[in-house]
Amino acid sequence: MEILLSVVIGALTAGGVYLALRGRTFAVVLGLTLLSYAVNLFLFAMGRLTIGEPPVIGSSESYTDPLPQALVLTAIVIGFAMTAFVIMLALKARSVLGSDHVDGRDES
Amino acid sequence: MNLMSIIITVFAGSLLTAWVSRFGRLQAAWVAGLITLAALAQLLPMVPSVFAGNTHIEHWAWFPSVGLDLSFRLDGLAMLFALLILGIGLLIVLYARYYLSARDCMGRFYSYLLMFMGAMLGIALSENVIQLLIFWELTSLTSFLLISYWQDREEARQGARMALAITGAGGLALLGGLIMLGQIAGSYELSVILNSGDQIRAHPLYVPMLVLVLLGAFTKSAQFPFHFWLPNAMAAPTPVSAYLHSATMVKAGVFLLARLFPALSGTPEWSYLVGGAGLMTLLVGAVFALFKHDLKGLLAYSTISHLGLITLLFAIGTPLAAVAGVFHIINHAIFKASLFMAAGIIDHEAGSRDMRKLNGLWKYMPHTAMLAMVASAAMAGVPLLNGFLSKEMFFAEAASAGSHLKLGWLLPAAVTIAGIFAVAYSVRFIHDVFYNGEPIDLPKTPHEPPRWMKLPVELLVALCLLVGILPQATVQPLLEIASAGVLQTTPPDFDLAIWHGVNIALIMSVVALVGGGLVYAMRLPLFRLHDEHLAPRLQAKAVFDHIMSALFRFASALTRALDTGSLQRMLVLFFAGALVLGVGGFLMGGGPLSGNRAMLPLDPLSLMAALILIFGTLAVVMSHRQRFTALILIGVVGLVVSLIFVKFSGPDLALTQLSVEVVTIVLLLLALYFLPQSHSAESPRWRRARDLVVALLAGTGAALLSWAVLSRPFTSISDYFLANSVPGGGGSNVVNVILVDFRGFDTLGEITVLALAALGIFAMLERIYLPGPDADAQGRPWNWDKHPAVMASFARLLLPLALMVSVFIFLRGHNLPGGGFIAGLVTAVALIMQYLANGEEWTQDRLPANTHPMLAMGLLIATLTGLGSWLFGYPFLTSSFGHFHLPFIGEFELATAMAFDLGVYLVVVGSVLLILIYLGLMHGASHRPASGKEDYR
Repeated sequence: MEILLSVVIGALTAGGVYLALRGRTFAVVLGLTLLSYAVNLFLFAMGRLTIGEPPVIGSSESYTDPLPQALVLTAIVIGFAMTAFVIMLALKARSVLGSDHVDGRDES
Repeated sequence: MNLMSIIITVFAGSLLTAWVSRFGRLQAAWVAGLITLAALAQLLPMVPSVFAGNTHIEHWAWFPSVGLDLSFRLDGLAMLFALLILGIGLLIVLYARYYLSARDCMGRFYSYLLMFMGAMLGIALSENVIQLLIFWELTSLTSFLLISYWQDREEARQGARMALAITGAGGLALLGGLIMLGQIAGSYELSVILNSGDQIRAHPLYVPMLVLVLLGAFTKSAQFPFHFWLPNAMAAPTPVSAYLHSATMVKAGVFLLARLFPALSGTPEWSYLVGGAGLMTLLVGAVFALFKHDLKGLLAYSTISHLGLITLLFAIGTPLAAVAGVFHIINHAIFKASLFMAAGIIDHEAGSRDMRKLNGLWKYMPHTAMLAMVASAAMAGVPLLNGFLSKEMFFAEAASAGSHLKLGWLLPAAVTIAGIFAVAYSVRFIHDVFYNGEPIDLPKTPHEPPRWMKLPVELLVALCLLVGILPQATVQPLLEIASAGVLQTTPPDFDLAIWHGVNIALIMSVVALVGGGLVYAMRLPLFRLHDEHLAPRLQAKAVFDHIMSALFRFASALTRALDTGSLQRMLVLFFAGALVLGVGGFLMGGGPLSGNRAMLPLDPLSLMAALILIFGTLAVVMSHRQRFTALILIGVVGLVVSLIFVKFSGPDLALTQLSVEVVTIVLLLLALYFLPQSHSAESPRWRRARDLVVALLAGTGAALLSWAVLSRPFTSISDYFLANSVPGGGGSNVVNVILVDFRGFDTLGEITVLALAALGIFAMLERIYLPGPDADAQGRPWNWDKHPAVMASFARLLLPLALMVSVFIFLRGHNLPGGGFIAGLVTAVALIMQYLANGEEWTQDRLPANTHPMLAMGLLIATLTGLGSWLFGYPFLTSSFGHFHLPFIGEFELATAMAFDLGVYLVVVGSVLLILIYLGLMHGASHRPASGKEDYR
């Protein structure tokens, strides 16, 4: 199971990095979204993998590590704010520069 | 009585001075003077107690676990400096009132001056060395403002920049040194540091720490080879120079040497480093002072030389030498302040500072001339003046220190040469300016200055005479108590008599006086020698300029190389750099890749989900140019991610991920409307191949790293949270209790960031105009139909249900998966659905798009909840909870954390709605003017 999650994180990272290196803003936003999935899963994995032991007192015998979960929870919400900010920046750039290329000008 | 209030008085006075200057030019001077007096009035009542041998320490704990506290100290040394800073400061305030011309802004000058005075007092009175460093840096900054006071002059700007670069760099070194010192001694408090001298000197890090501390002290007090900033700082107004050179700024460096003397001195490293710098500075300053034709330049180099003298005394390291060092600090402050003021008067009334033009001023300003001559004689070390006493102590110490060394006769010899030149430049100051013929085309006819401008000089010269003639009656008690402060023990007996009989020190004094006269007599050939051979080669400023411009060239070359204005290029560099660091770190670490933690078994369902996710990712990448498709596919990926959270015991995360996924997709859909729907491949093939390689390497790295972590066992730091969640936080959902209670402060920061992001987006939307497409990718025209009735009705029906779910999730969040974040997202989704299904017009009437008040309310509630615990004497954000019993409902629990969570809820709802609704409103705006159709609602 651990190998599977590692591969998943790797795949998300690879896809995210490739898209982040594209020239158009929308692709970069997609790449950042994939990258934040990868980062969130990675942080989550810092607490190691356990099945059926949610950190709710009284629900089971032992509990998984709650701290990475608390970190990731806020990271997900902040990640949304960041995505929104970047996409708005892209719209603004398109409005001002007339292009959706990340450098604000189409490649010659 | 309170040391901190003295410093606060001065800093607050700085603001007050700036403010009152609007009511008239002279108000600022009056207020600055009164503020200085007020600070003195607070200090003076403590003086008797210090003379009785007490050390006042005031201490406020701020961050005790890392040794950062607010603490002040008043002992003999601190008191001496505080008195010098305030006393001479008061005279400077009076003097500058007459010095500044009508064109100069008085408020700005006095405000800077008081700020600088406050920073200097902070250095003198600090007990915590980190706090001392903060004031130290403040003096660098404020002296920059003072030196560049005449901003329109190029030399002022250059001089200020140079002073800031040198002393700022020294401050950085000092920071390192003081941190090491604190770590070695185990405390940043001086009372501990000063008592652990043996431990510090025996520590293996002693030498690097010493070098760093000395770099700080030497740059500040203009020791060779950092001396050159001081003459260039002469571009400052003369009152500033007088202050900086006599009682402050450069004295901060020697103050540090004196302050840390018991902790650092007494090793060969100390003697050679400090002594070497001191001796070089003493000689270089004395020799060069003679060749400066600028009056202030001469005084500047003489300051350098005298600072070298003091430094050398501390290097010698005997208690008696330290006493002599303190004595010379006092004497130099007195005569140098008066000399600078006299030079300022001459400049002011004669219009020039060039000694080749200034001659024979005795006839025009005999009173000023008399004062300047006495002060100058004190600088030369003429008997019956204060400079003579400390200089003779210095000669005696140098002679006895030299007698212990091989080639020890070199030290007294070098010191005597410096003495000869000191006499020579002092004679030049007297003879060249006041005698030696007639003035040569001066811009003004010199005359005496206003009465009150001379008063500070008169007072200081009177002190020179008093101390020089009656040392035991005047300065002896102060010197004893200040020396006790330096040594942190009773100082040795010393005799401040004028006549000690014929001894080696007296012989050296006589040689210096006679030799100085002779050197001055042959000055003309010496000037020629200097101008032809020495001056062109010894240009420290040129070296500095060269280094600085090389630094700037390097920085701009680096910037140009890395920042080409292309995001793609920078990102490739960034990812590649991260890869190199990661791989390098792993290879150098040398550990095995896998650990030995027991693995969970693989099940087919998980494998299936993982395959969906991986193929989903692949499909997103492949189809990223067909944007709508890619958007749908990325939604699939996000859903699988939330399934992963479900699988591995993260119900809160799964709920959050699910609801964020919905709002993210809505957001991207809304944005996609304004962007091209698709575009063709445009990167060249080699670039795509390169990016692919980087991406695959990064993915492999991330996968290996995850594997390395996941396969290793670990000990969690969360046991505390698990154990205390119910008894301490009153909730059984540990993730939520961490968010709203244990780490509530972090959450407060996070919702603030969220609110800021929403406001930032709102600000960016202003004056944005983007035409929407009239047709989709397949060429179908824009649909002007009303919103479908079935969808609208169902959305309206669903709203109360969805809101109830969010309330439910909110309320149970403390004990079961849920909470403010998730409930906020669910509410936002429910409300957004109304916009989607019913259109903006209908929804706007019922739900205003302006959610700013909601954001503010949420932040306010969260912050007030935190502040509320202060009312009950608990730290910020301490939560409390209780169980209550209500008839019919039964027992229920109420926690203050709930109110905090409500704040979180409101901020999340407010931010998400603000972002999505305003983006949505742009759609209407983008079509209305173009189509002209009014009937679409």
